[in-house]
Amino acid sequence: MADITIPKNLAVSDSGFLFLTSTGETFTLNEIGHFIFKQFQQNDSFETVKNKIAQEYEVDLNSLEKDLDDFIAQLKAYNLIETK
Amino acid sequence: MNIAVTGLNATDNPGPGVPVIRSLKEVKEISGNIIGLVYDPLEPGIYLENLADKCYQIPYPSSGLENLFNRISLINEIEKIDLIIPTLDSELYGFVKLQDKLRGIGIKTFLPTFEQLNIRGKDKLFDFCKENGIKVPKNILVASAQELYKIPDQFGYPVVIKGIFYEAYIANNFDEAHSAFNKLSYKWGFPIIVQEFVKGDEFNVVALGDGKGKTIGAVAMRKLYITDKGKGWSGVTIDEPNILSVSHKVIEKTKWRSGMELEFIKDSITNEYYLLEINPRFPAWVYLAPSAGQNLPYALVKLANEESVPQFDSYEIGKIFVRCSWDLITDIKIFERITVKGEN
Amino acid sequence: MTKKRYERPIIIKHISGLMNKFGSNPTASYKSDIDGVAVEKLVEKFGSPLFVISEKQLRQNQREAYRIFKTRYPKVQFAWSYKTNYLNAVCSVFHQENSWAEVVSEFEYEKARRLGIKGEHIIFNGPDKSREALLRAMKEKAKIHIDHFDELYTIIELTEAEKLKAKVAIRVNMDVGIYPMWDRFGFNFENGEAWQAIKRIIAAKNLELVGLHTHIGTYMMSAEAYRVAAINLGTLAKKIKNDFDKVIEYIDLGGGFASHNTLLGQYLPAEQVVPSIEQFADSISSGLFELSFTNEEMPTLILETGRALVDDAGFLISSVIANKRLSDGRRAVIIDAGVNLLFTSFWYKHKISPAQPNGSYTENTTIYGPLCMNIDCIQDSIALPALKVGEKIVIHYVGAYDMTQWMQFIAMRPNVVMVMENGSVELIRKAENIDYLMERERVPEKLLLKKK
Repeated sequence: MADITIPKNLAVSDSGFLFLTSTGETFTLNEIGHFIFKQFQQNDSFETVKNKIAQEYEVDLNSLEKDLDDFIAQLKAYNLIETK
Repeated sequence: MNIAVTGLNATDNPGPGVPVIRSLKEVKEISGNIIGLVYDPLEPGIYLENLADKCYQIPYPSSGLENLFNRISLINEIEKIDLIIPTLDSELYGFVKLQDKLRGIGIKTFLPTFEQLNIRGKDKLFDFCKENGIKVPKNILVASAQELYKIPDQFGYPVVIKGIFYEAYIANNFDEAHSAFNKLSYKWGFPIIVQEFVKGDEFNVVALGDGKGKTIGAVAMRKLYITDKGKGWSGVTIDEPNILSVSHKVIEKTKWRSGMELEFIKDSITNEYYLLEINPRFPAWVYLAPSAGQNLPYALVKLANEESVPQFDSYEIGKIFVRCSWDLITDIKIFERITVKGEN
Repeated sequence: MTKKRYERPIIIKHISGLMNKFGSNPTASYKSDIDGVAVEKLVEKFGSPLFVISEKQLRQNQREAYRIFKTRYPKVQFAWSYKTNYLNAVCSVFHQENSWAEVVSEFEYEKARRLGIKGEHIIFNGPDKSREALLRAMKEKAKIHIDHFDELYTIIELTEAEKLKAKVAIRVNMDVGIYPMWDRFGFNFENGEAWQAIKRIIAAKNLELVGLHTHIGTYMMSAEAYRVAAINLGTLAKKIKNDFDKVIEYIDLGGGFASHNTLLGQYLPAEQVVPSIEQFADSISSGLFELSFTNEEMPTLILETGRALVDDAGFLISSVIANKRLSDGRRAVIIDAGVNLLFTSFWYKHKISPAQPNGSYTENTTIYGPLCMNIDCIQDSIALPALKVGEKIVIHYVGAYDMTQWMQFIAMRPNVVMVMENGSVELIRKAENIDYLMERERVPEKLLLKKK
């Protein structure tokens, strides 16, 4: 069950370019940021996303959790996600 | 040959890149690509159709020469650049320092020397003009707000407060001077130039020196309309031997190498011309020159190629440029490409 | 299956004018070694933070500066400015490269003597010289640069009382068109004070006026100012020859050449706007040649160049303690080197590189030191890639003043090593510890918790 939802008015291109259609704001995501964003778009939960990254990338779970929290805080600050 | 040009910021404070490219585009002899080098993904030149064949983002001069050189090397591997024409004041020091390294990877430049760049410094321009009988408003350089107290001794208000690279304000009293000083120092750093205010019409010359003292061409223009930012929004070519001869003299005495703009003001009371500033690059209105018969950007390309370039001996008087605001419409895709990939 | 290299997830909002990742990224490159010695290895062995000095760079700077001046003016002598960096190893490198010592305190004087410098090769500057220090300097034939009339009269008095001779110079301050004008040291040129001091010295039979000294400022960006200074001192020397038939041995133009550090508030990086040593040398030599000295009169040119010779030979390696997100969304990192080690961060925008590849995405970051003090900010805003806890950064151009103005405040001073020309690494100042700190302290008996 998704604990993070992404608003509908968002377009992300393959290059990691993000366009918020309601406000006209644009952003760039790095590779991992883009990867995470795609998972959230597929309604994956925080835990699932974390595990997927841990499988694909060379990273320990503690650092990953810290980074994810920080990333999500930023996305929230930019109104790019809603958390339950 | 492939030519890279910087400064495609044709905004309300325009860089000369767009008109330089436009001048080169008209030359049939130039085959090869024109590459735009931009700092910001919103530089209008990127979005102008039929202007640059390709655009790349490059690092701001403030981020260091190593980065700039590395980025240019990378672009060069793709584009095989033969010549770079930097057009912005703030870039020139960096490109002058990089010119040997650029030559090392096959890229030519045609730039002023370090000393020539420094001539706009206060005592130098002032002394130079005094020695050569050229009238120039009094100048001081200040590095702290305290020094502004010196203004009344030197020449009294109003004064012009100028940033070292860009922007100028007219100040009628200490408070206004102080506020302008703060704005400019915050934005452009030190020193700040304080200049005696001369009231009158503004005249400009675009010229090209061959580096040996010869003036390849020079076109004089009177500004017809000036924006509230002090930018000429339209102008007309004129026949005024006085300011042309000053321009020849400056190029001869400094052995100026590269394009330049000379700014004059004609004192409305005495009718004398004062040399306000020497800008070490072509101005944003340089396209008026080829339109009047002197394609100075193309002549610069030939000089960089060490071809012999004859002097222009005249130009058409009464050619007018009127700058135009024109909204370019494009898809967000182009913006995305330049933002994410740094190229378009 | 090998996993992909991890990089922290990053999102960057596009803000017009600030959205150039190909631009505002002075740290895309990294510095993983100093003269071929891996940063990682250095920290492993000597800890973090760690000051590292390159012997090769020191020698190269000094040789290059000497060559540049020597090819423009026939008589040149450098004197190492102790206050810029008085670690014994650093001073010794300069002395091996034939530099004299330029000292401004008694302890620096003593340091130079202990390093084997003869008194006659010491230039003793500064406003504070005790009677004992002056006496010693006279006996050892050091060159005493007089700062004020009180000092001048003390010297006259001492030479008479002790039947000694003194070799002296005066420090002259002057208006060379730069701001601020340094007029707190020495005697003023324009108002005739300097000339008055000269006359008084010539009249004192035990004093020999051997030199004229000026030091027009610090971090000078104008080479022209040195030309004016050289002409002014040269003019005094000519006048002394003319009026008193006394030939001045040397003209000392002090230091002050800017280094490659960029000042806060300077738009373009120093590398683009700071005059090169060649330009300073051109100005000074052209100034001196304007005076057309005869061969016998031609004074030696002494230079007390400090910053420009040592700054780029010094590095500070530091480790990331933590990453933070500030209340306004800005990123901050805390590193283990604070302003107590990096005094110069109050006026420089230091060049800072990660010591390992950290990806190409950068974020504007504030760098804080480890001190529990609000002022402990190393850099307000710098584009840095994501750094992990424990990863290293290298702060460049810290050879000048940091290793003299540092202090133990909350944290103690770390090891300083020198990477030698042959690639070996030598400890040149051992990290301080609690014993070192407490050794000087005394607790009155009645305050002791643990009674003896």
